[in-house]
Amino acid sequence: MRNDAITRDQAKVMGRFDITKALVAKLHKDEAVIGGIGHTNWDLWASGRRPQNFYMLGSMGLAVPIAMGVAIAQPGRKVFALEGDGSVLMQLGALATVANRAVGNLCIVIMDNGTYQITGGQITATGQGADIVAIARGAGIAQAEWARDEGHFAALMDQALVTDGPMLVGVRTDDQKPFGQTERDPPQLRDRFMRGLGVKN
Amino acid sequence: MSVWWQIIRDTLKACEVKLITYVPDNVLNPLLKAIHADDYFNAFVCTREEEAVGIVAGAWMGGMRGVVMMQTSGFATLPNVLASLAVPYQIPVLMVVSERGTLGEFNIGQAMVARTVRPALDAMGIEHHTLTRLDEVAFIVERTVRQAVTTQQPACLILSPLLTGGKAP
Repeated sequence: MRNDAITRDQAKVMGRFDITKALVAKLHKDEAVIGGIGHTNWDLWASGRRPQNFYMLGSMGLAVPIAMGVAIAQPGRKVFALEGDGSVLMQLGALATVANRAVGNLCIVIMDNGTYQITGGQITATGQGADIVAIARGAGIAQAEWARDEGHFAALMDQALVTDGPMLVGVRTDDQKPFGQTERDPPQLRDRFMRGLGVKN
Repeated sequence: MSVWWQIIRDTLKACEVKLITYVPDNVLNPLLKAIHADDYFNAFVCTREEEAVGIVAGAWMGGMRGVVMMQTSGFATLPNVLASLAVPYQIPVLMVVSERGTLGEFNIGQAMVARTVRPALDAMGIEHHTLTRLDEVAFIVERTVRQAVTTQQPACLILSPLLTGGKAP
């Protein structure tokens, strides 16, 4: 753990769509991105369609396991899981599995607004004090950190692209409305993703 | 003749099913041990069956075949992720379920949850077969993997106590 690492309370609340766009703008090597359900996923869709993006339409909580599976199958490709706080709270055990398997090409980004925004803004456990970065460290992901601000988030993503993980980055996000809605055509979403990963021609 | 777990291990290998994610079970233990002892496989324990399904689904999309192994009570936690991920996205998540709850079960909870497995699979339209006879194991496993992959549909193999001996109290 770094000496200058901060807690959830000290992290700046940032724009979810701005953060998503900042991440996507850094992807130049066909990195895969798995978008968990909810506004996290919709903003990923709105940030520009990439064939290496996978958009979930259910199976809440599985962005990290799905990303881990992609990362195991394609060890030469960096894989990002974009997940909300409510979702990751459903599968905290997966963080321990990621740590135990030492999945080096996996980076998890948690968009933490402290609420189940899509169902009406009910408070989550992180909104009541649970610190997902501390939980990740406790699960064994040593490279787990809160993004202090936009500049720090950009630096952490640069680091994620060139260093071995697994890594988890917590981002405090606001409650702005999403900027789009995912297309609801599962076979096509899956097929496009597999072609984007070079699995199908 | 080989025992059931040797045949399943060898048939999965012949079908290029490399990734094994599981939540442990007593009856599955010899199969899991044999898989761990074979470098061909990438096998590891997960904290929940849903997580194991997510990993196998992701690996399939990345070009690697996998199977989730669990007990009947673990399968009962899966309908949501099967109905919202494996089935609609047409991802051939393979499942091996060791059957508790019947033919000498001593735990009423296991007996009740086991009765939900086949109706849940049928409700989701997921192909499933129950393995009861040693001489049928290789054929059913090989054909089930082949059909799942070519039709891009999940499939489930249930290991009956008639095959495995089940769990004694």
